[in-house]
Amino acid sequence: MTLTSLPFLSAFFWATTAMIATVVLSSTAGEVLTAAAMKSIGDLDEIRAHSGLKGAIVAVLTCPLFFAGILFMAVAFFALLFTLNQLNMNLGLVGPATASLTVVSNAIAAKLFLKENVDRRRWTAAVLICVGVYFLAH
Amino acid sequence: MAHQKLSLYQSMILILVAVSAPLGNACLDKGMKGLPPISITHLLPLMTAVFTPWVALGIALLIGFFATYLTALSWADLSYVMLATAWGNVVVVFLSRFCLHEPVSAQRWFGVALITLGVGFVAPGPSRTEKPAVALTKEGAPR
Repeated sequence: MTLTSLPFLSAFFWATTAMIATVVLSSTAGEVLTAAAMKSIGDLDEIRAHSGLKGAIVAVLTCPLFFAGILFMAVAFFALLFTLNQLNMNLGLVGPATASLTVVSNAIAAKLFLKENVDRRRWTAAVLICVGVYFLAH
Repeated sequence: MAHQKLSLYQSMILILVAVSAPLGNACLDKGMKGLPPISITHLLPLMTAVFTPWVALGIALLIGFFATYLTALSWADLSYVMLATAWGNVVVVFLSRFCLHEPVSAQRWFGVALITLGVGFVAPGPSRTEKPAVALTKEGAPR
């Protein structure tokens, strides 16, 4: 058995890890930027009550943070397609890994960047759902 | 963190967020599988696929998902919305088992149990982080 035959030393392992990390990080960035945009806009139901549906749509479409979020979500989507196509990987492996890791990374990012109070209750739920999504999708 | 209870309307929005995305994806899946294979060099059939009933319904559901997701994020925390709507995955399993009569492995039922437990933990909790109001001095400047 040579050193290069170990799974964690192969180029394929690192390429897969890098692509899964790209999908998870860009997806998390997209979610956090979109959430920050919606927080800055305010309660959409109140805006709709005052300015109608058109006013609510205009409020969303004139927020630069919203488009930054959409951009990162698009990056995550195309990174997933690239991973499936170029690395010839199975959706059965990449899908559960990215879906379950995104649950935890979103909770961490919400705590760090959006200053949300992610208490013990939410951490417990994040870990349970992360493991649950992995078992469900794998 | 103030304990913010959700109204019935807000609970309905969260249910729509959870249900519309998996249902939309299922409709797209059913619609696209009913079409002949589409080549990357001939994309015209892809345009016509948009107007087939299942694909159109799937797109409408996904637009509905995004609208309700944005609405939920405007009055609740991302970490709450993301976790509380995770049981959409469970809905898919129940639909596939009891409507499509597909077999569901014990491993997937274990996943369903964990997700249900996780959502049960977070759903009754506070939906929004309340930032403390800035106390003002008599002159009107922040203290």
